Amino acid sequence: MNAAEVRPAGFRAIALAVAWRSIHNFLTNPAFLVPALVFPLFFFVSFAGGLSAIANVPGFDFPTGYTAFQFVFVLLQSAAFGGVFTGFGIARDFETGFARRYLLAASNRGGIVAGYALAALIRAFVTWTVLTTVALVAGMNIGGSAGEIVALYALAILVNVAATMWSAGVAMRVRSIQGGPLMQFPTFLILFLAPVYVPLTLLTGWIHTVASINPVTALLEAGRGFISGDPTVVLLAFAVAFALPLLFALWAKAGLRRAEAAG
Amino acid sequence: MSASAATHSLSNQVGQLARRSVLRTLRQPAQIVPALIFPLFLLAVNSGGLKDATHLPGFPTDSYLTFALAVPFMQGALFSVMNSGTDLARDIETGFLNRLALTPLRGAALLSGLLAGTIVLGLLQGVTYLTVGLIAGAELAAGPGGALVIIALAVSITVAFGTIGLFAALRTGTGEAIQGLFPVFFVFLFLSSMALPLELIQTDWYRAIATANPVSYLLGAFRSLLIEGWELDKLALGFGIAAAVLAIGMFAASAALKTRLVRT
Repeated sequence: MNAAEVRPAGFRAIALAVAWRSIHNFLTNPAFLVPALVFPLFFFVSFAGGLSAIANVPGFDFPTGYTAFQFVFVLLQSAAFGGVFTGFGIARDFETGFARRYLLAASNRGGIVAGYALAALIRAFVTWTVLTTVALVAGMNIGGSAGEIVALYALAILVNVAATMWSAGVAMRVRSIQGGPLMQFPTFLILFLAPVYVPLTLLTGWIHTVASINPVTALLEAGRGFISGDPTVVLLAFAVAFALPLLFALWAKAGLRRAEAAG
Repeated sequence: MSASAATHSLSNQVGQLARRSVLRTLRQPAQIVPALIFPLFLLAVNSGGLKDATHLPGFPTDSYLTFALAVPFMQGALFSVMNSGTDLARDIETGFLNRLALTPLRGAALLSGLLAGTIVLGLLQGVTYLTVGLIAGAELAAGPGGALVIIALAVSITVAFGTIGLFAALRTGTGEAIQGLFPVFFVFLFLSSMALPLELIQTDWYRAIATANPVSYLLGAFRSLLIEGWELDKLALGFGIAAAVLAIGMFAASAALKTRLVRT
């Protein structure tokens, strides 16, 4: 093959190459793999186990029990933090100079971001497999149909993509792991300002006001509706779930332009 | 005493290192701000989200904020593990500890001096958490005297946990390893009576772990002053656990210091 026949790698090839490297790093380095698996389990155990008495609070009426109620939160939380941890990886790649080699080598740089997003999704699938298995072994009740459970995981996928895009946008602007709190803290904030422990109807005061306008509330309520077989605010939840990745994809795209300009 | 002996006296050595430790802590907002803000944020969220838990039969107070106010003091102590450990790890990484090893500095002076910054941070955290909690509407059954004891307990626990940070830094020698300890200590906090009293935890294995976890009794000491008044047995248990952690931490850190100085 002569030089004229060498064609630059396309979007798909770049995305797959970047994803492969990220996933390989994730699966072969215990420092990345263990926290990704242990943290969601730990939150699940703490919330579902330690707070199960909350199900006895007057007005708390969740048909499939407190374990399922908390499973949905931990699922969405692990989806979001899977994206955030991928953002840490992007920042680390910029810090070590590896990301600059990506920028030099890739003809279609959007493929780099897509590769990171694909890696985030695969690592989320690994986490969710373990989390779901543990929840089922622990006796979690599921009232929803197969389609409703698929819809629950679809919401989680969209949350994962949104968080990855948000974190990628930050990572490509800051280009240092010191930007970690900027990725992590807002994600943590928006998740915990939703109805985490009890349904929205049982919240009172400022937390009710904040949770009422927090978009994550719709995702949580829809997810809990799916797992209990009583779908609620489905349209709103999916509207939010599709809008967030699109919004943050624009944020990530602008971040990529910044990184390119920085050289 | 000769001038030379005075210079090398234990109190002088501790004083010099303590001054450096305090200044270093105060000059690092990145250490102070998260240690103040993060626990208060969780306090706000949890006291709002778990307010209805007070309706559970047997819940000791009708104010979840009062019940939850004990938690920031423990979270602050966890931050002290990170801060004291990270500072010492940096001294190891930059070679400062090696230079200290060439001086007649005593090991006890080094460890005590390094904890001075932790004491200041513990004091700052204790006063801030209590002030914010009371302004937000928490109750303090033990009155003004109880406030002083809460601050004293907070500082004691912060210093005690700080020795664990020193031990970890001397054993590992890297700040990255110290940061990795944070989740481990968070497990201790979560698997305790942090969110509900022991009697109201329904899951048997969880209640068994929380009952065996000393953190539950440290939280209990704070809560006794906030909710019940003066419960001397609970206070004695809290201060006793803090003293035990301090003694074990200092012993372990001293042993690790000897090993590290031999290595260097």
